[in-house]
Amino acid sequence: MKFTCLSKGSGFHFPPCHILDVSGFRILLDCPLDLSALTIFSPVPLDFHPKLEEETCDFAVHNSFDMRKRQRIEKSLHADSLICAQPWYKTPKNLHLWDPSSIDLVLISSTMGMLGLPLLTQTKGFSAKIYVTEATARLGQLMMEDLVLMHSEFQQFYGSESNSPQWMNWEELELLPSALREVALGKDGMELGGWKPLYSSADVEDCLKKVQTLKYAEETCYNGILVIKAFSSGLEIGSCNWTINGPKRNVACISSSSFFSAHAMEFDYHALQGNDLILYSDFSSEGVLTNDEHENNYSASNTNNSLTLRDVSGEKDDWIKLKEGLLSNDGSLEEREKLAFICSCAVDSVKAGGSVIIPLNRLGIVLQMLEQIPVYLESSAVKVPIYIISSVAAELLAFTNVIPEWLCKERQEKLFSGEPLFSHFELMKQKKLYVFPAVHSPELFLRLGPVVQLLRRWHGDENSLLVLEDGLDTDMALLPFKPMAMKVLQCSFLSGIRLQKIHPLLEILQPKVVLFPDDLRKQIKFSSSHSFSVFYYFENETLGVPKLKGSVDLEIVANIDTQFSWRKLNHDDMDITGLEGQLLINHGKHQVLLGNEVSNFSRRKPLLYWGLPDLEKLLAVLSKMGVKGSIEQGMSDAESGSGEIVHIHEPSKALIEVRATKTVISAHDERLATLIFEAIGTLMDGI
Amino acid sequence: MGMECLVLGAGQEVGKSCVVVTINGKRIMFDCGMHMGYDDHRRYPDFSLISKSRDFDHSLDCVIITHFHLDHVGALPYFTEVCGYNGPIYMTYPTKALAPLMLEDFRKVLVDRRGEEEQFTSLHILQCMNKVIPVNLKQTVQVDDDLQIRAYYAGHVLGAAMFYAKVGDSAMVYTGDYNMTPDRHLGAAQIDRLQLDLLITESTYATTIRDSKYAREREFLKAVHKCVAGGGKVLIPTFALGRAQELCILLDDYWERMNLKVPIYFSAGLTIQANMYYKMLISWTSQKVKETYATRNAFDFKHASHINACLQVKSNIVGAFVQALCPLIVYDDDVCTSISIIVISGSFVASLIFHNFDRSLINAPGPCVLFATPGMISGGFSLEVFKQWAPCEMNLVTLPGYCVAGTVGHKLMSGKPTKIDLDKDTQIDVRCKSFKAINPVLEVRAWRSRSVVFPEHTCPHTDSKGIMDLVKFLSPKNVILVHGEKPKMGSLKERIQSELRIPCYLPANCDTVCIPSTICVKAHASDAFIRSCLNPNFRFLKRSKEDNSYEVSRNTNATATLEVNDERIAEGILIMEKGKKARVVHQDDLLLMLGQKKHDVQFAYCCPAQLDNLEETRNRDDALSLTNKCSWLQLLFKELSNYLSGVNIQDLGEHLQVESFLVSVCLKDNCPYRITDHTKKESATVFFCCTWSAADEKLAREIISAMERFNLSGN
Repeated sequence: MKFTCLSKGSGFHFPPCHILDVSGFRILLDCPLDLSALTIFSPVPLDFHPKLEEETCDFAVHNSFDMRKRQRIEKSLHADSLICAQPWYKTPKNLHLWDPSSIDLVLISSTMGMLGLPLLTQTKGFSAKIYVTEATARLGQLMMEDLVLMHSEFQQFYGSESNSPQWMNWEELELLPSALREVALGKDGMELGGWKPLYSSADVEDCLKKVQTLKYAEETCYNGILVIKAFSSGLEIGSCNWTINGPKRNVACISSSSFFSAHAMEFDYHALQGNDLILYSDFSSEGVLTNDEHENNYSASNTNNSLTLRDVSGEKDDWIKLKEGLLSNDGSLEEREKLAFICSCAVDSVKAGGSVIIPLNRLGIVLQMLEQIPVYLESSAVKVPIYIISSVAAELLAFTNVIPEWLCKERQEKLFSGEPLFSHFELMKQKKLYVFPAVHSPELFLRLGPVVQLLRRWHGDENSLLVLEDGLDTDMALLPFKPMAMKVLQCSFLSGIRLQKIHPLLEILQPKVVLFPDDLRKQIKFSSSHSFSVFYYFENETLGVPKLKGSVDLEIVANIDTQFSWRKLNHDDMDITGLEGQLLINHGKHQVLLGNEVSNFSRRKPLLYWGLPDLEKLLAVLSKMGVKGSIEQGMSDAESGSGEIVHIHEPSKALIEVRATKTVISAHDERLATLIFEAIGTLMDGI
Repeated sequence: MGMECLVLGAGQEVGKSCVVVTINGKRIMFDCGMHMGYDDHRRYPDFSLISKSRDFDHSLDCVIITHFHLDHVGALPYFTEVCGYNGPIYMTYPTKALAPLMLEDFRKVLVDRRGEEEQFTSLHILQCMNKVIPVNLKQTVQVDDDLQIRAYYAGHVLGAAMFYAKVGDSAMVYTGDYNMTPDRHLGAAQIDRLQLDLLITESTYATTIRDSKYAREREFLKAVHKCVAGGGKVLIPTFALGRAQELCILLDDYWERMNLKVPIYFSAGLTIQANMYYKMLISWTSQKVKETYATRNAFDFKHASHINACLQVKSNIVGAFVQALCPLIVYDDDVCTSISIIVISGSFVASLIFHNFDRSLINAPGPCVLFATPGMISGGFSLEVFKQWAPCEMNLVTLPGYCVAGTVGHKLMSGKPTKIDLDKDTQIDVRCKSFKAINPVLEVRAWRSRSVVFPEHTCPHTDSKGIMDLVKFLSPKNVILVHGEKPKMGSLKERIQSELRIPCYLPANCDTVCIPSTICVKAHASDAFIRSCLNPNFRFLKRSKEDNSYEVSRNTNATATLEVNDERIAEGILIMEKGKKARVVHQDDLLLMLGQKKHDVQFAYCCPAQLDNLEETRNRDDALSLTNKCSWLQLLFKELSNYLSGVNIQDLGEHLQVESFLVSVCLKDNCPYRITDHTKKESATVFFCCTWSAADEKLAREIISAMERFNLSGN
C-alpha cells in the first residue's frame, strides 16, 4: 500500500487531500477548494450592482472613491493591491500533478471536501467512481450552486475570460505584494498550477450525476474487491470517516471528527474498530503549539478553543480571551458557551442600535445560532428581525428538517416526540426570522456574496458587530473595508479531535499501523507502550506501508457430499488434497465453489509429483502386478543426461526412463502404460 | 451449526407475527405482534417457548420490528415491560416514530371499548420505545461482534423494512410485509442480491379479503356518494388512527375513480403531530414524492394546483397531501395555513391541509366529507359538527362498529332516534341518515395494497408473483412461509419447490424448523493461487457441424469457426497442518515449501506411420530433410484435422500439439520410445515421436491408434 498526502489543507473549510493506493486501486480522499485564497482578489467595486433586489440596492450608492482613500495598514498591502480580476480558485497543492485518469475511486468526507469535485469530473479521461454520503451530496450541491451564483457577480462585472487571466502572468505576479504572492504561488512558489477557473452550474449538475450516494454504515463494494463504508464523523451533517476493506488490508481514514455535536450525528468511532491501518488526517490541532509560544501559560488543549474578541480598528492587538468550561471533557460546554457569548454580544450590539453580521459558513453553527439568537433577543426584550440572505437558505433549512437519520440523538428525539427537528419554521411563522433568497448569499471569506455589500454599509458603525471565524487572515480579509469602526468578534469552534483525545482514541481503535501527520509529531508523543506502529507522513511525499498480511482469506464452500481425498505427506506432518473449483470474488470476499462431479475432478487433474522413484522398489511393485522388467545398467548418454532405464519385458515390451525431474513411460499397450503409471504413483509423493 | 426457526405467531395464519431464529448460536426475534382476533392469552405469542425461565435477556440477542402495524409490533410493550425483556430492539426511524401512536391508540380503544384491564399502560409504551434503537435503510448494524443486521426498503407502509441478519457464514432475510410494485406514495421493495441460507417471507395474497367486506364497503361508498351527490354533508367520526386510514383509502380511491370533486376534510383533532412525522420522513416515501421535494421547481410553487399538475394526480387527498409539503417549501403563510391532518394508513401516510378550516366551514354551503374525532361522538369536534348537521335530512353520519353506552354514537346505533338529549338543556333533532360502520374496530388488515379493495381493478396474481419474484431474485437455500392463509401458502410452497427447486416450509405456530447451513472452510490463500485463478484459461475449439456437445458459441455469427472459451478454473492445493490454519496454495508454492522439485511423469511413444511417396522423398538430397520433416508433419496435420474435427490442433512448426499431446517427426534410427517390434524396416514408414501427460492419456491413445492407421499421401 502506498500513501501520499497531497495537501494538509487548513482548518474546517479546507480539509486535507490524500491519495491512497490499496489493492491496486488508486483512491483520492477529498477534493476541496482553498477558498481562503480568494482574499487576494478585490471584491466587486461598490458602484457595480448587477440586478440587485431593492432591499440591498439602497446602500450601493456610496461613491467608489471610498476604496482608494483607504489608509495603508502595511507598506506592501492595501486595498488597491488586491487583484482586480475575476477570481480563480485554488485546488489542493499537488493534486494537479496527478493524472486524473489514474484515479479509480474518490471518497468525499464532507461538503467542504466536495467543492472542488466538478473541476475533477469535468477533466477528460476522469472516470473514477465517486462515493459521497447522501446528506453531503445534497449540501455540497447547494454550496456549489451557491458558489457559482455568487461568482456570477464577478462574471457580470469583468465579462467572461477565455484564456488565462492577466494576473497570472509572471510580470504581474512579480509586482504583487509579498503576502498576496505567497497565496498565489505558495510558499515554495509551486502552487500556481493549482489555480482553476470556476466550474459552471452545468458542471455541478454533471458532477452530481457521477456521484454515488451512500447512507451511514451502508456497505458498498468497488470492483468486487474493496468494501467501502462511511461512518459519521460528527463534524457536520453528512460528514464521514471512510473504511476501506480490501483482501489484505483494512483501512480506516479519520478525517476531522467531533465527539460533540449539537446537530450532526455523533462521531461513530466504534465502527472504526478492527481496522489494521488508521490514516489519521485530522489536522485541527495543528499549530496549537505555535500559538503557545506567546501563550505559554495555557495548555495546548485550551488554546485551540480560545474565543477572542478583537478590535481591529485600533493598531494594538487586544485579545480578550475567554476560557471557561475547561473541565468539560468533550468540549460541549465550551462550545455552548461560545455560542452563548456570541449571542449575548449580538444582543448588546443590537441594543446599542447597531447591526450584526454573521456570515454563513459552518452550517452547524449557523443552525444553532438561528435557534439561540431569538431566545436571547426575547429574554432581553429586544424586538429585532433576523434575516438570512441566501439563495439556498430556504432549501438548506427545509433540508435540515427532513433528515432525522443524519442528526444527533437530541434532534432525533424530536422526531419521536413529533416536534420539528429544528425550530426555524416556527421562527419564520412567528415573523422572527426572514429568509431572502433574492440576493446572492453567504460570505466566502468576505469576497463573495451579500456580506460584501453589508460590510460596506456598516463598517463605520461602531455599534455594529461582525462575527468572524478564527483562522482567517483578518487583515487581508478586511482590507477592502478599512477603516473598520465596527467591532469584530472572532471565534473558533472545535473542528476536530482535540489533542489529548487522539491517543486514547487510537488505543480504543487498536490498529496495527497508524499513519500520522508529521506536523502533529511535536504535539503528540506516542508512548512506547502503545501497541501500534506509527508512520509519520509529510505533504507530497509518498509513504510505502509494509504488508501486514501475506495471504488472502479464502472461503471454501463445499457441498455436503463433497469429499476430499486427503493424502498424508511422508515426511511432514501435513495433509494435502487437490482443490478444483471456481473462484468468486464478491464483496471483498474470496470464495472457492467446489465442483460437484468427482469424476470430472480426477480426469482433468494434472498430476503433480515430486522426489524420485526408487527403481528397485518400482520393480518390486511392478512384479506384484505381474509386470516384469530389468534395469539397464550403466547407461549414460550425453544427449539424454544421466538417466536410468527400466526395460519391461512382460507382458509386453515397454520402457521407463527415469531422470532427475522427469520420468517417461513408453509402452504401446495402453493398459500396461497405466499399470506402470500407477506403480510409480504409489512410490512418489504427489497430488 | 445451522439455523433454527421457531414460529411463535403468523404460522399458517395472519396475525401476531413473531418468529425467533437462531443462527449459529445467536437468537433474534423478528416482529412482536399481537393477534386482533383473540381476547385471551392467544392474543400474544407464547413467549415461554423462548425461555422456560422467562430469562429473555439472555435467551435473545435482539428484537427486530419490521413495521408499525399492530400485528407486528402490538405485543412489544407487553414483552418488554411486562415480560421484562431489556435487550436491544431495532426498527426503522419511521417505525419508531409511528409505532407508539398506533400502540397508544390501540390501548385506548381496548380500555375504552371493552373496559378491559390494561395489558400495558401509556408509560409502558413510552418506556418500551425508549429502548428502541432506530436504524436507517442499508445501514449495517453490528449488534455484537458476530451478529450483523441490515434493513432494506419494503414499501407496504411508511418505514416498513425487510431485515437481513448474518452470523458468521450464515445469513437470512425476514421480509415482514412488502410490496413488489410501487404505489403513489411508497416505492417498491428493494433488496440486494444476497447469499442467503434462509428467506422467511410473508405470503399474503391479495384475495384474502372476504367478499362480504367488499359488499359492505361498496354500500358505504354508495351511501356517501348518494349523500354528497344530493348536496349533503357526511360526518365520519373516527378514532385518531386505525379505521380512519382505511376509510380514507376507500374514499380516496373511489373519489378518483368517480372523478368526484367534493372536498374531504379532516378535523384538526386527528393527530396534527403526524403531519410533522410525514414531513420529516419524506425520504422514506416514493421516488415521485421525494423528487417533488428535491427538485428546485417545487420551491417555486405557490399554489397547490401547480403541485397537483406536477404530480399528475387528480385525487383530492393526494393533492392535499402534496400541499402538506408546502410548509417545508414555501414559508409565506398564505398558501398553507393552519390545519393539517394526517392519516396513517394501511399503505400510506397522507396528510391534508386546507385553508382555515374553522368552525365557519361547518355551515358553509355545498357538500363535503369530514373526518372528525372522537369516534363515538362523545364530545369534541365530532359532536359539535353533529349538532349542526344532524337536523338536516340531506346529511349523513357514519357510525363506528362499537360505541360505549351513553355516547351519542351509542344512541344512534341502538335505534332510529329522532331526538337525542345531549344534556338537560340541549336536545338535537336528528333527521340525517346514519350508516353503521363497516369495520369492526381495529380489524386486522391482511391486505397488502389499497387496490385490493376493488377486485375489478387488481391483478390477483400480482402478489403471488411478487413473492415468487423476490424468492427467485434472492435464490435462498431455503424458504419459510409465514403470515398467510394455509391453503394459499400450500400452493405457493408447491410453486417454490417445483419452479425454483428451493426447499420450502410452512410451519404452524409453535413449530420449529431446522435448516442445515453451508459448510464453509476458512483458509489462507497464497498470492500465486489467486493469480493462477485469475489467469485466462483460453480454450480454442473448432466448431464442428455435427458435434454439438461443445458449448454453444456466444458468437452466433455463422462464419465463425473458432470458438474461444475462457473458463477460469481455480486449481490449488489445500494443506492442513497441525496447529495451523488451513492454507490453499498453488502447486509451485507447495514445492517451494517442501524444498522439492517437480517430477514430471510423462508418456512417450514413437509411432510409425505409412507414407506412400516416401521413396520419392528419400531419393532427394539429405539437406532437404528438414523440409521433409515439415512436409510430413503437414501431412499428419491434415490427416489429424480431418480425423479430430472439433478439436483444436496447433501447428507449431517443429511439432503439433493437441492439449498436452506433442508430436514431432523422429529421425533417430534408435529412438528409445520405439517400442513396437518393427523388425522389418519398411521403407515407407516414417516415425512420429509423441509425448503426453497422464491427463490426456485417453486422447493420446486415440490419436496414436489413428496415426498407425493413417496412410499419409503426399499427393
